[in-house]
Amino acid sequence: MSREYEIVVGLEVHVELATKSKIFCGCSTAFGAEPNTQTCPVCLGMPGTLPVLNQQALEYAIRAGLALNCTINKYSKFDRKQYFYPDLPKGYQISQHDLPLCEHGYVEIDTPEGPRRIGIRRIHLEEDAGKNIHAGDNIASAQASYIDLNRCGVPLIEIVTEPDIRSPEEARAFLEKLRSILIYAGVSEAKLQEGQMRADVNVSVRPKGSTALGTRTELKNLGSFRSVVRAIEYEARRQWEALQRGEEIVQETRAFDEERGITLSLRSKEEAHDYRYFPEPDLPPIVLTDAEIERIRAQLPELPDARKRRYMEAYGLSAYDAGVIVRDKAVADFFEAAVAAYGKGAEGAKTVANWVINELARILNEKNAELAQTPLTPDHLVGMLKLVDAGTISGKIAKDVFAEMVETGKSAEEIVKEKGLVQLTDEAALAEIALQVIEANPKAVEDWKKGKATAAQFLVGQMMKATRGRANPQLANKVIRAKLAEVTGVTNE
Amino acid sequence: MSATTKLTATRLNRLFLAGELSAEEIVEAYIERIQAVDGQVGAYLTVTAAEARERARKLDARRKAGDTDLGPLAGVPIAIKDNICTQGIRTTCASRILENFVPPYDATVVSRLQAAGAIIIGKTNLDEFAMGSSTENSAFQVTRNPWDLSRVPGGSSGGSAAAVAADLCAAALGSDTGGSIRQPAALCGVVGLKPTYGAVSRYGLVAFASSLDQIGPITKDVADAALLLSVIAGHDRRDSTSHPDADRLQRIQLSGDASLSGVRVGVPREYFAQGVEPGVRQAVEEAIAKLRELGATVDEVSLPHTEYALDAYYIVATAEASSNLARYDGVRYGLRAEADSLLEMYLRTRQQGFGLEVKRRIMLGTYALSAGYYDAYYKKAQQVRTLVIRDFEAAFRRFDVLVAPTSPTVAWGLGERVEDPLAMYMADILTLPANLAGLPAISIPCGLSQGLPVGLQIIGRHFDEPTVLRVAYAYEKATQHHQARPALGQ
Repeated sequence: MSREYEIVVGLEVHVELATKSKIFCGCSTAFGAEPNTQTCPVCLGMPGTLPVLNQQALEYAIRAGLALNCTINKYSKFDRKQYFYPDLPKGYQISQHDLPLCEHGYVEIDTPEGPRRIGIRRIHLEEDAGKNIHAGDNIASAQASYIDLNRCGVPLIEIVTEPDIRSPEEARAFLEKLRSILIYAGVSEAKLQEGQMRADVNVSVRPKGSTALGTRTELKNLGSFRSVVRAIEYEARRQWEALQRGEEIVQETRAFDEERGITLSLRSKEEAHDYRYFPEPDLPPIVLTDAEIERIRAQLPELPDARKRRYMEAYGLSAYDAGVIVRDKAVADFFEAAVAAYGKGAEGAKTVANWVINELARILNEKNAELAQTPLTPDHLVGMLKLVDAGTISGKIAKDVFAEMVETGKSAEEIVKEKGLVQLTDEAALAEIALQVIEANPKAVEDWKKGKATAAQFLVGQMMKATRGRANPQLANKVIRAKLAEVTGVTNE
Repeated sequence: MSATTKLTATRLNRLFLAGELSAEEIVEAYIERIQAVDGQVGAYLTVTAAEARERARKLDARRKAGDTDLGPLAGVPIAIKDNICTQGIRTTCASRILENFVPPYDATVVSRLQAAGAIIIGKTNLDEFAMGSSTENSAFQVTRNPWDLSRVPGGSSGGSAAAVAADLCAAALGSDTGGSIRQPAALCGVVGLKPTYGAVSRYGLVAFASSLDQIGPITKDVADAALLLSVIAGHDRRDSTSHPDADRLQRIQLSGDASLSGVRVGVPREYFAQGVEPGVRQAVEEAIAKLRELGATVDEVSLPHTEYALDAYYIVATAEASSNLARYDGVRYGLRAEADSLLEMYLRTRQQGFGLEVKRRIMLGTYALSAGYYDAYYKKAQQVRTLVIRDFEAAFRRFDVLVAPTSPTVAWGLGERVEDPLAMYMADILTLPANLAGLPAISIPCGLSQGLPVGLQIIGRHFDEPTVLRVAYAYEKATQHHQARPALGQ
């Protein structure tokens, strides 16, 4: 058997839609409310109640399908997926089985070998279940279990890929791109920490060069991209080592233990649920016309790839820079608003892009925060850039001002005024400081006398230090050289 | 004995609006009647005497204050089958599992009745979750046929039919999944109408088989059936299977024209095959002769897939039931058995909470939907259902209505079929095809056999209740069968 192996991964991603109300009743979908306060007889599955489809959820699901290059089926239907669990009030989940809403799409991802398409097999619409909360450290030792049905009936789409993913990194790239597209399309906020995007991962391995698919295992309910990557890495290695030992891979469902970084068997294929799917008799089939689909297509917002191309064409940004900016829609929106307010065309766009890619990205990364969690607005950045352009502050001071704006939400002008950061451009005042610096640094003056031009740079640095960075660097350079010539009679270029 | 309880809903409403009878007098008459004879009949699971009195007082006050918009059912005591949710009033489905279930909401039909001025007088007995044809599957009590207390009232709306027949209410609501309104109406000698699927909202009807269930009225005459239908029918945004055309049924006018000239009546030969008692056949044939006499043209028609309808029905109905009853798991409401594990809790709750027939149907339905059996059972049954629908479509190209017996037999003795579920299932053989096809169908009294009522079934096109009711009304006016009443407690 070959020593080299290839990983084959397919994903099933559940994404919460951004509707205000649940999929089959009018209850709120807001996150974080007191348990069971966002429920009604319908989502509690009380006797005699009936589901009514939220048209906004349907529209979002269609929009997601279009954004992911799918065919929208003009006839689809709901089915009941049946199993008993305390967080499932009706004893079945209303989902779509054999006739899903969307099929045959793809997502393009960037890989080291260039762009690659990951196929989308299908997208279907369904309701979320509630949540079981166990009183105790774990389910085994729990004294009691509680059920919160606030999430029950929140609309979900399930996105099923083809087994096109070949590495943990591609899985991450796919998930990041998928998340970005769904946010751009406005169909989901896809907040990972609120469980709005969760993935099941199907993993198999095969000898490199083989085209046959190996036996797969399914890893359930991974809530972060990092977990997906780690789980695939572990599981692929586990499978390959088992195959090397001559063992067979058992088709089964496995859980990923975050702490130990390993996967564990949950249930075998034989123990798998028989969901006894059948058509949901309480809901008519979803019948769509071409006109309805085209109306939704026409309203589709600009997606990340299109926006990236636009930034490259309109502003001359590099593919890399444009790619970094569009990755997060909030950042891209910030960028665009700042470019518009700054009003200096492509040149201005590049200046804004530099600040966004370098300073903003660095600060957000340090704080591990999202742009929306800071008080920073495009006007902040533009106000600061104008101060730089006017020579009021130096580029170095600007970085401090920027960080302060991200922190406090104060305008650049306010910060500059409060902290006295206005650039010193008064030649007489700078000459005074130059003299002080020359007196305090006799060694540098000696160097200058010996023809060392770099001594001037050192002394400029001392002037900056003395003025806490406020001295205009060009002017300081000019003044110190003039004073040195005056004091020593030596001129150095 | 008060004559008030013998009156129809239409008549009671007129007397109330005219100030000749107060709502309180009406309600007291019924409560007295219930106290006097329901001990023998057993129609009610819950009598809402206090609520009914309170509501009657309010109606009387409004009428005295000059309110003229009291509604077409103002002052009319109506009984509700106990699988239809009533806010604040226990709704049991005649099941241990919902013995203490009090819904925090009204079914749409209940809201509509109340908006029309009706007074809910109580909740009637049924076969548990409407599964049965004799009301003997109730977890709580036996309901007896008012015509012969040793016999069944039919089912599953046996409590509602017996209550109407025994003058324990002016009219009642039932639900019909395979004949559960029409068959007990026939066996109790009253009128029972199953509307077109989608005509009446199912919101608040505890589901048995969602694609077949429909709520409808059980009344003393055809005019009352039309009146109740016009109140409860209509599109409801809370029921996605309710139809926009349903609003048309709110404006049904019964013609005073007794002639059926121009009406084409089809007689499906398969509905007179084996199993139909001679006495039933004779009464129905006489009724058909009467329709011809009234000017209708009558001809025989074939519905060739009728013989497969029963099998298809019991697969579709049990499959849907197995799913609809999954929610009774002891977690949120209803009975919960104590246990040490989740699985044990589920098993014990459902073992203690459900009766034998319900368990039988859950098992049948679960089996029919299981992996590997779906195509052979559920899918095949849906294909048969399509063929049954096509049979009707072909027949309705030639005929305006189809007429047949409602039940192959008159009421049978209590306990006679309890040990033989297949014999019990045969009781629905003439009624369930209309459910599979979603068609409106009525059962009206057409005489007696062995001293027991026989029902004539009239089936119509989708949303053509007006023609069904027109034929029924003309027949009723030309005969006296609907005036026959059991001797009980007179």
